[in-house]
Amino acid sequence: MSFVRDTYLVETPPPGMNVGVLGWLRGNLFSSASNTLLTLFGMYVLWTVVPPLIEWALLDAVWQGSGREACLVEGAGACWAFVAAKFGQFIYGTYTFEERWRVDLAFLAGALTVGLLMIERMPGRRYIAVFGLLIYPVIAYILLTGGRFGLPEVETTLWGGLLLTFVVASVGIVVSFPLGIVLALGRRSQMPVMRVLSVIYIEAWRGVPLITVLFMASVMLPLFLPAGTNFDKLLRVLIGVALFSSAYMAEVVRGGLQAIPRGQYEAASALGLGFWQANLLIIMPQALRLVIPGIVNTFIGLFKDTTLVMIVGLFDFLGSIQVNFSDANWATPQTAATGYAFAALVYWIICYSMSRYSMRLEARLNEGTRRA
Amino acid sequence: MRRYLLLASTAALIAFASAASATTLDDVKKKGFVQCGVSQGLKGFSSPDDKGGWTGIDVDLCRAIAAAIFGDPEKVKFTPLSAKERFTALQSGEIDVLSRNTTWALSRDTALGFDFRGVIYYDGQGFMVRKSSGVKSAKDLDGASVCVLMGTSTSLTLADYFRSNNMKYEPITFEKDDEVVAAYESGRCDTYTTDRSGLYANRLTLKDPQENIVLPEIISKEPLGPVVRHGDNQWGDIVSWTLYTMLNAEELGLNSGNVAGMRESDNPEIRRVLGTEGKFGEGMGLSDDWAYNIIAKVGNYAEMFDRNVGKDSPLGIPRGLNALYTQGGIQYAPPIR
Repeated sequence: MSFVRDTYLVETPPPGMNVGVLGWLRGNLFSSASNTLLTLFGMYVLWTVVPPLIEWALLDAVWQGSGREACLVEGAGACWAFVAAKFGQFIYGTYTFEERWRVDLAFLAGALTVGLLMIERMPGRRYIAVFGLLIYPVIAYILLTGGRFGLPEVETTLWGGLLLTFVVASVGIVVSFPLGIVLALGRRSQMPVMRVLSVIYIEAWRGVPLITVLFMASVMLPLFLPAGTNFDKLLRVLIGVALFSSAYMAEVVRGGLQAIPRGQYEAASALGLGFWQANLLIIMPQALRLVIPGIVNTFIGLFKDTTLVMIVGLFDFLGSIQVNFSDANWATPQTAATGYAFAALVYWIICYSMSRYSMRLEARLNEGTRRA
Repeated sequence: MRRYLLLASTAALIAFASAASATTLDDVKKKGFVQCGVSQGLKGFSSPDDKGGWTGIDVDLCRAIAAAIFGDPEKVKFTPLSAKERFTALQSGEIDVLSRNTTWALSRDTALGFDFRGVIYYDGQGFMVRKSSGVKSAKDLDGASVCVLMGTSTSLTLADYFRSNNMKYEPITFEKDDEVVAAYESGRCDTYTTDRSGLYANRLTLKDPQENIVLPEIISKEPLGPVVRHGDNQWGDIVSWTLYTMLNAEELGLNSGNVAGMRESDNPEIRRVLGTEGKFGEGMGLSDDWAYNIIAKVGNYAEMFDRNVGKDSPLGIPRGLNALYTQGGIQYAPPIR
C-alpha cells in the first residue's frame, strides 16, 4: 500500500496571472485581442479628456474675485468666482434677500419629510406621509409667498433659481401622479363617456409640445382675459406643467394596468370588493410596482423640462445662470463655460439621486418576485 | 397669418383696455410702482448685478420714470421679456412701459398700436475685425467671410450693404449669438456683424478683446427707445420728458452730484428744469420737482451712459452718435419751458 499518500500536499497558490490585480486585468480588460484594443482605445480617450478637464476645472481655475479682472488672467481655467458671486441668485433667483431664510426653512422641512419617509422602519411613517402630502404644501406655500402671519409678501415674479425649479418640478410631480392614475383608470373604464373624455385629454396634451403649452399660458392667455386681470404667471405655468405631465403619467400607469392578469380583477370581485377597493387594494399596488422605472423616468424628464419655463420669462436654475452671462462685470471667455458646467453638475447630482432611490425602491418592493 | 391674428387681437384689446381702465398714470399711482418690461439679459442695457438687482440704461430709464412720478427710483418692478413676448405684454397691460432695446420702425409705431417715445440709444449694425487683418474700413471687406446670426434683419442689411457697394462676401450663419462669437474667435470668418452695442458687449467674451476692433461704418439705423401704448398721451409725455430731462440736464451741466446746490442757480433755464420757477410738472400730472428727482436720484444722460455702457463700464462704448448735438452727436432734446 506504499503507493497511497498518507500526507496532504502543501497547497500551492494559483498561477500569478490568474489572481489579484493582474488576474482581474487579464480577465476583464485584456481577455482577447479585440478587448485589448478596446481597452487601449478607452484609455487613450480618457487620457486625452480627463487631464485637460481637471486642469480646466480645478488646477487653473479662478476661485476668488469680485469681477471679470480676476478671471482674465493669462491661461485661466474655469471662473468659479463667477459662480460664487452669483450663487445666491442661482439658488433663490431675486427672492428678497432678508426673507431667504423662509426658502431655507421650507426646503429643510421638505428634505426632512422626504428623508424620514425613505427610512423603511420609521415609526409612524403613515402620519409622516399624510403630513408630507397634505400639511407640508400648505406650510411651504405660506412660507414662500408670505403675506400672512406677519411674513412680508414675496411675489412669485421674484422667485427664481433652484427654488423655482424645485417648485415647478415638485408641484408637477405631486399633482400629475394622482391625476395620471385617475386618467389611466378612466381610459380603461367600461363607461364610454369616461373613456372618451380620458382619451381626448391624454391625446390632446400629448399632442402638443410643452413649449407650446407654456407659450399659450403666458402669451395668448392674457389676450383673452379682460384687461387688468393679471393672474400669476407662475400659477399659469404650474397648471400647464401639471396638466401636461399627468397625460404622460396616465400612459405609464396604464402600461402597468395592462400587465395585471384578468384573474386578479376576478379574484377581487369574487371577494366582494367594489371598483375602488379592488383598484386600491389589489390592482394598483401591483401595477404601480411594475412601472416604477417608467414613473421615475417621467419624473426625471419633468424635472429637466422645468427649464423650459425660461421661454415665458421665468428664470429657473439654468435660466438664472444664463441671464447672469449678460452681466458685463463678469464677461470673460470662461464665464459661459463655467456656468454651464455648474448647471450640468447640479442637474446630474439631483437626477442621479432620484434614479438611485428608484432602484432601491424597486429592489425592496420586488423582494417577493425577485429571481434568485 | 400670425401677424393678422395679432393685429386683430390688438385692435380688440385697445378698445377694451381704454374702456376698462383710467389713465395709466392713475393706475401706476394707485398700485404704487411702475411695471417696466426689460430684456432677459443684454449687456449694458438690462442685466442682473451680483445682488440680483437689474442694471443697464434701459433699466435706469425705468428708474428715472419712477423717480419722476414717486420721487423714488426704487418704486419700479421689472418684467424680463423675450423678443416674442414683449409686444403682447405691453398690449395686454401687463407692463406700463417697454424699455427693452426695441428698434423704432414704422410698422411697429403704426400697425401694432404703439408709441415710441424718444431714442435712448442710437444703435446701428457694424463690423468687428481682428486688428492683425489690417482692415480699417468696411469698404476693405470685399471677398470676406462674414459670421452672422441666422434669420435676422441683420443678415438682410448685410446683403444690401455688400450688393449696393458691389462687393462679394461669404455669409456663415449661426443659430445663436454665442455660436457666432465662438466661430469668429476660432477664425472661421474674417469679420463678425451685428448691432454695434452687441459687438462691443460680445468683444468682452473674446480671449483678447484688444486684438479686435469695431469698424467705423454703421450700415443700418437702429434707434432704440421706450415704447408705450397708443392713446394715453399723458403717460407717453411722462416717458418722453423723463428722457428729455436727462439729456437737458447733461446739456446744462446738471448731474446727481451738483443738482442739490443748483436749485437757487441764477440761470433761468436751470431754475425752470428744477422746478424753482414755473409749474411744468402740472401738465403731466406730476409734482414740480419731478425733474429734480430724476437728476438727483438717477443722474443725467451722460452719467447713465457712462456707468452702463460707456467709459466707466467694461463695455467702453464711445458716445459717437449718442453724444449731445453740441459735441458732435445727434442726441438733442426739446427745451423745458
